[in-house]
Parts: sequence; C-alpha cells; structure tokens
Amino acid sequence: MSITPFVPSWQYYRRKIAGATMLALCYLSAVLAIVPLVLIFFYTINRGVSYLNLDFFIQMPKPVGEPGGGMANAIVGTLVLVATGSAIGLPIGILTGIYLAEFGNNKFAYFARFMTDVLSGVPSIVAGVVAYGLVVVPMKHFSAAAGGVALAILMIPTVTRTTEEMIRLVPHSYREAALALGIPMWKTTMQIVVRTAFRGIITGILLSIARIAGETAPLLFTALGNRFWSTSLDQPIGSLTVFIYDYAKAPFEDWNNQAWAAALVLIILISGLSLAVRVVTRSKFVQR
Amino acid sequence: MKYQNQESIVSHLRLKTSPRHNLGDVVFKYTTMIFALIVLSLILLMGYEMYQDSKPSILKFGWSFLTGTTWDPVQEEYGALPFIFGTLVSSAIALVIALPLSIGIAIFLSELAPPRLERPLSFLIELLAGIPSIVYGLWGIFVLVPWIRTSIEPFFSRHLGFLPIFHGAPYGFGMLAAGLILSIMVLPIIASISRDVLKSVPQTQREASLGLGATKWQSIRLILKDAKSGILGATLLGLGRAIGETMAVTMVIGNRPTISYSLFDPGYTMASVIANEFTEATSSMYISALIEIALLLFVMTIIVNMLARILVWSVTRSTR
Repeated sequence: MSITPFVPSWQYYRRKIAGATMLALCYLSAVLAIVPLVLIFFYTINRGVSYLNLDFFIQMPKPVGEPGGGMANAIVGTLVLVATGSAIGLPIGILTGIYLAEFGNNKFAYFARFMTDVLSGVPSIVAGVVAYGLVVVPMKHFSAAAGGVALAILMIPTVTRTTEEMIRLVPHSYREAALALGIPMWKTTMQIVVRTAFRGIITGILLSIARIAGETAPLLFTALGNRFWSTSLDQPIGSLTVFIYDYAKAPFEDWNNQAWAAALVLIILISGLSLAVRVVTRSKFVQR
Repeated sequence: MKYQNQESIVSHLRLKTSPRHNLGDVVFKYTTMIFALIVLSLILLMGYEMYQDSKPSILKFGWSFLTGTTWDPVQEEYGALPFIFGTLVSSAIALVIALPLSIGIAIFLSELAPPRLERPLSFLIELLAGIPSIVYGLWGIFVLVPWIRTSIEPFFSRHLGFLPIFHGAPYGFGMLAAGLILSIMVLPIIASISRDVLKSVPQTQREASLGLGATKWQSIRLILKDAKSGILGATLLGLGRAIGETMAVTMVIGNRPTISYSLFDPGYTMASVIANEFTEATSSMYISALIEIALLLFVMTIIVNMLARILVWSVTRSTR
C-alpha cells in the first residue's frame, strides 16, 4: 500500500495567492489608517510649537494688526463651559447609568438604553440649535449657560453608558455579601458597587469631558465667543475651539498661527485625557 | 403556631426585608428612574423644540422645502435640496473611501495582529476618533486643501477628465475635500465597531474552517459572512457621524448652495449651512428655515442610528 504524494492543483495555488493578496491588503489598510493620524499630529505639533509661548496662556487677544497676544480668556472660557456642561450632564448621566445597571432588566430600561445610544449619534450642531431654542431665545441673548446646556446634552449619553458598563463589571458576589450583612440595597449600590466601579466611572467622565472640550459647532450660536475677559454664565464667552475657527478663517497669518497653537493645546489636553484614562483603567475590574 | 415550618418564616422575613419594603430602596430606585426618564424625554424635547421653532417655515413651504433649490434670504425663499444633496454626496464619498479600509483594519485587529501590536494600534485609532473636528478642519484648510488643489485634482482631470465628476477647475475647496476629510473621521468609528463585531464571532467558527483545510483568508471570509449585519451597522454609525459632521466640512467644502455633479465644485451641507448662517440670520423666517434643516438632520441621524444600533446589537448581544 502506498500513499499518493500530495500534488498541489492550480486551485491550491490560486487560493494561496488570493489569500496572501487579501491579507497583504489588510496589513496595508492598517498602515494607511495611521497615516492621517501621523500627518495631523505632525502638522499640529510642527506649526503649533513655534507659536506656543507663555503669552499664549496669560495674554488677552490683541486687535487686528497688533502682533502677539494670547488666548487666556478662551482657555478660561473652555474651562467654564466644560464645568457648566459637567455640572448639568454628569449627575443626570451617572444616575441614569446606575438605574440602567441596577434596575435595568425591564422593557423601559431596554428602551432607555437604546435611546441613549441613539442620542449619542445626534449631531453636535443639533444640540446647539436645541440649546438656542431652550436658553438663548428665552434669555434674549447669547450666554455661557446656553453653551453649557448644549455641551451637557452631548455628554449625557457617554457618561450614562460607561457608568452602566462599569457598574455591570462589579462581581455579583459583592452585592450578595453586602445584602447578606443586612445592608439595604441602595446603600449596597452606593457604597459597595459604585465605589468598586469608581475608577471606571471616572474613566467615562474623563472621556466625555475630552469629547465636549473639543466641540465647536454647538457653541457657535449659544456661547457665541468673546474677545474679552468673562467668566459670567450670563454673558457670551470665548472658547479655544471657536477661536480656532475664527482665526483659521481669518486672512491674517499671525491669527492662523495662533489657531495652530490653540489646536496644539487642545490636542495635548484631549490626548492627555485619553492617556490618563488608559492609566486609570489598568485596575482589576475595568480591564477590557 | 403562626409559622408551620422554618421555610415559611424565612419567606415571611424576606417579604419584610425585601427591597420593596425598604423606604430607602424605593426612593433610590425611583430617583434614578426619574433621571432615566429625563434622558428619554430629552430626545422628545429636542424634537418638539425644533418642530415648534421651525413651524413658520414648515407651514409656509411645506414639502417644497425638501425639493426647492433656491436659497435666497433676501427674497425669503428657502429650499433645502442643495444642502441635502451636499450632505448625501459628501457622506457617500466618505463611505466609499473609508469602508474598505476600515474592514481591512478590523480584520487586521481581530484576526491577524498579535496582541502586542493590536493594543497600541487600537489606541491610535481611538486617538484618531478623539481628535476634535475643528482640528481636522484646520488641518484641512492648510494641508489637505492645498494638496488636493496641486496634486489630486490635476491628476484626475488629466487622466479621467472626460468623466463629469472630474470636470471643472482645481479649486481645492469642494466636495472632494469634504469627502476625504469625512472619510478620515468616520474610519475609526467603522473600524473599531467592526473589530468588536468580528471578535464576537465564536472562536469555533475559525477552528472549524481552518480544520477543514481553509486558508486563513477563506476562514476570514466565512467570519465576515457571519458578521455582515454588524458591519452594516458599523457602516451606518459611520454614516450618521458623516451626516452630522459640521466644523471640518464647513471649513473645506466651499459653502456654495449649488447642485453640481463635479466633485471639484464647491458644495454646502445641512450641518454647515446652520453653522455658517445661524448667527447672521436676521429675519425670523430665515432662522426658522435653518432650524427646519436642523430638524431634518436630527430625524435623519436618529433613523440611521436606530437602524445601526439594532444591527450591531443583534450581532454582539446574541453571541454573548
């Protein structure tokens, strides 16, 4: 009895070659995906660094024609807007997340979860239009508060879903142990479950802050922008993103350069937050 | 004796101490539920608010708002077709470019890459998704648009200039620039969700096909077949992002309300007309028309996102 030797047919080679080609294309697309990232970072750092100096952080914007100046008011404005948005959005988002995780096995919760995901796909400019109708029209003028409302609408879905996911990761035995000790359920949730998931929840908060700090469209006709110092919620307020928009469109080279510097600050801020999230999530319960 | 056996004592005690009977638990449950209700009603509130604000325009123009091609604030005549056209075309260009690349990346991340490579690459793609759209726009104005003007557009008009989509002067700002920048922006979304979808296909599928002698690529094709609806969902999520993207597009599309078949010509999208003209809108009918466009955008993205979520959920949930 002899064993017939394996003679590869042409189909064998065909599928080998087809396979190798397609796999090569997959590798290629992975490389191609990195290209725009590298290009954007390269240009922003390259052009931003040379115009980034102390003045940028502590000076006010100068009128057209005068060189120099900074964006101190815009940096503070962004902080005020993010803080206002967080003050409204975080409690709503976190408590909704807790509800969905702890009491979320009914039709209402499924529907709420679904609509939260849908809400996260609503364009940011639409949030701006809504905040305009809800806040700017009744107040009769643009204000930081309106910008905060728009940003809150945008951050709620992210916070809700990450809070829910992080709480769900807490092992069930923790709840059982607490309940067995006679602790009421709400205390178990707040003091055992939420505390265990705390780092994960912080992650969600940081990610949503990173998202709203970079928003421009919802601020255009809510917070409007302001070239002067203001921290009042009642007044229009400047922000880094709106400044980048105005300065990028402007026909003055000095302003264009400052736009790059502001973009660099923004990218550092947001990438820094993402990196912080990476570090924070290296704990036991939030590993992906 | 009131209690016949131990079991009934336990069940009685459980009733007494069950969450239903603890006031704190009841308060806690309904407080959190109210917040969930707030989130739910937020969507309704948004739709209602925009419907109310756009009523003058809806009543005046009716359905012709969707088919009208004139956008003339001076004559108070508003038709949204050029913007709808611009939004759909720029999103379509974005998907045509981004979809094959994203699927390639997703396959690479879920099937080919060693964990050592997969994690950093996933992180880089997350970073790409996190770059604010204003920074994309800035980069678009000063880097992408000049490059398109001097390299891409002359190349296409020289070699494929007989096609109507490559007619016209190489201006840089226009539909092509908008489509390209959108493709970069939707790529990380489609890629990362497709990766999750591919990963949720059971390992036994891979083992079975490889065990039958399939090549790696043949096995991947089977997995892609299983993940089809999930990848479609991921694509729709990308589409939703492309439709609603505002700043980057506004900065590179040229902002002219015309319907042109050439990709080189400037266009205008629904989101960018709102961003550009809202603060300049003086008459109430002008604002009302812009809000009606926002309402249209809202409805479009809600429908797209609902379909997308249903598709993605159907894949990633059933295999859990």
